[in-house]
Amino acid sequence: MISEKNISYISLISLLLIAIFAEYFNEPYLITLLSRIIIFSIAAIGLNLVLGFGNLISFGHAAFFGLGGYISGILAIHAFNSELLISWPFLFSGSNNSLIIWLFTILFCSLLALLLGALCLRTSGVYFIMITLAFAQMLYYFAISWPSYGGEDGFSIYVRSTLFGINTMQGLNFFLICFFWLLIILFTINKVVKSPFGLALRATRFNLTRVKSVGINPFKIQLIAFVLSGAITGIAGSLYVDLNRFVSPSLLSWQMSGEFIVFILIGGLGRIYGPLIGAAFFVTFEQFFGSYTEHWQIFLGIIIISTVLFAKGGIIGFILEYRKNE
Amino acid sequence: MTAELLIEQLLNGLQFGFMLFLMSAGLTLIFGVMGLINLAHGSFYMIGAFSAAATFAFFNSFWLSLFASFSSAAVVGVIVEKTIIRKLYNRDHLDQVLVTFALILFFSELIRWIFGAFPLYLDVPKILNGSIEIFDGIYYSKYRLFIIFVGLIIATFLFFLIGKTNLGIQIRAGQYDREMISALGVNISKLYTLLFGIGAALAGLAGALIGTIQSVEVGMGEPILILAFVIIVIGGIGSIKGALIASLLVGLVDTLGRFLIPWVLQTITNPSDAMSIGSAIGSMLIYILMAIILILRPTGLYGKILS
Repeated sequence: MISEKNISYISLISLLLIAIFAEYFNEPYLITLLSRIIIFSIAAIGLNLVLGFGNLISFGHAAFFGLGGYISGILAIHAFNSELLISWPFLFSGSNNSLIIWLFTILFCSLLALLLGALCLRTSGVYFIMITLAFAQMLYYFAISWPSYGGEDGFSIYVRSTLFGINTMQGLNFFLICFFWLLIILFTINKVVKSPFGLALRATRFNLTRVKSVGINPFKIQLIAFVLSGAITGIAGSLYVDLNRFVSPSLLSWQMSGEFIVFILIGGLGRIYGPLIGAAFFVTFEQFFGSYTEHWQIFLGIIIISTVLFAKGGIIGFILEYRKNE
Repeated sequence: MTAELLIEQLLNGLQFGFMLFLMSAGLTLIFGVMGLINLAHGSFYMIGAFSAAATFAFFNSFWLSLFASFSSAAVVGVIVEKTIIRKLYNRDHLDQVLVTFALILFFSELIRWIFGAFPLYLDVPKILNGSIEIFDGIYYSKYRLFIIFVGLIIATFLFFLIGKTNLGIQIRAGQYDREMISALGVNISKLYTLLFGIGAALAGLAGALIGTIQSVEVGMGEPILILAFVIIVIGGIGSIKGALIASLLVGLVDTLGRFLIPWVLQTITNPSDAMSIGSAIGSMLIYILMAIILILRPTGLYGKILS
């Protein structure tokens, strides 16, 4: 019997097994791909918290992904060049320690999410979509026109950040760090969604008046979810920059936000493991079709359109449905 | 800074504003009447620009290429509406976002396939080449004046269409109660197709007009689409009047901000810093404007109160 739980266990274990096999057969590129799948799915898991469970369609989550990326890149490049980042109220010249980088990422992405959430959650529906998109674009244009950190070209960091003396430049080690993050985040999301807070969040998508009438402030619930969501997507951005050792404004682009939504849709909306399946499908699809034609996005477009119009439950929904009919 | 420069920038802002209006008018009507959020509106802008460039390359006529721009965008718009968009009217916003996002991927890649990745160029016709003296000693580009003129004509036409014609009454009624007007015998699906076609045609025309000043390339539609969203949020969804006022506001604030802020900063800091900080702030200005308006009026300047 294939249940949603089993699909998720199978996918996690197979990710791990493929990575170990890739290491054994010396295929570093495959490990990089797997790390990318994990990082993208973390980003989309963050978005899924507000989109899938709270029905808040944020089209601006690239803002958090990009901010996380830029923070990590800026801390790392200053540490690498031993340049001062701030000189007041204390001297600080960046850091190469993953723990410190993640701490800053979580802090700043939460702050940004708090600010944007407080503004955007004043609206709802289609206004919310357009406003989240517009604020993410604001950061994008800011990154392009701000010359200190590479402007349009972005900048490279030369080594990955270090964690407890592990050699992160070794592909499998870095993959395992990402994998560990994925497990922590999946565990957290699982707990959050099933908690009273998660129930309240899921209730906000159906009927705001009823939520209010039982004494819950929906704005507060949505804002907390938005902050948590932003922090998670920010972590993904930080890991992504570490993976590629490159920071560029494209992290903030609206295509990025759109792709996060696509991961969620392909995997199955409002399912905890949906983004993982979706990201895995997307990256595999890109690799497979990309090797045949550079115009693979035409086919991607067609697949997305047919998924939305004809197969609403995404891949997980499709498998569960298929099993039920058998 | 001279007065001539300021007037020139003012007119540039006005010209930009009218082009933004061509984009946002279609978008706001499509949302207001059909309840559809259409990310692919920028693709019609791009399709218009590319058909203009292709027509220009064949026939070397600017006027013919203008005609090609809006008619091709309208045809593509109608086909897309009849095959795909139609299925989305009763779906939620997420589905609409996804499908129209996928349409962008599709059209961008298709255009890149047909025309290649290099930008194309359109030439200004001889009659609109050069500049003209508008005040004593103040010269301004004829072509940009022509764009302002076209924008004015289309704005007038749209206000007449919405306010005075039978079709306009149906459109306005459609914003309030879809079922009621179809019960009164209006062929609603025809109305939707027509409206979507008009919106696409306006976007295509804007693409060709702007493509002549800038270059015609894949991905040109999205920056302007996002500005159109900002405009709709500021002006209020579904309101043509709001779209016009917000378009001019955004056009002026964006153009003047990029120009004035570095100039103001020069008085405090050195020129190169002023340039870089100023352009960074200038690029954020309209979003800050949007945030302020949202805090004051969450449904935009002329928006209906959300239920």
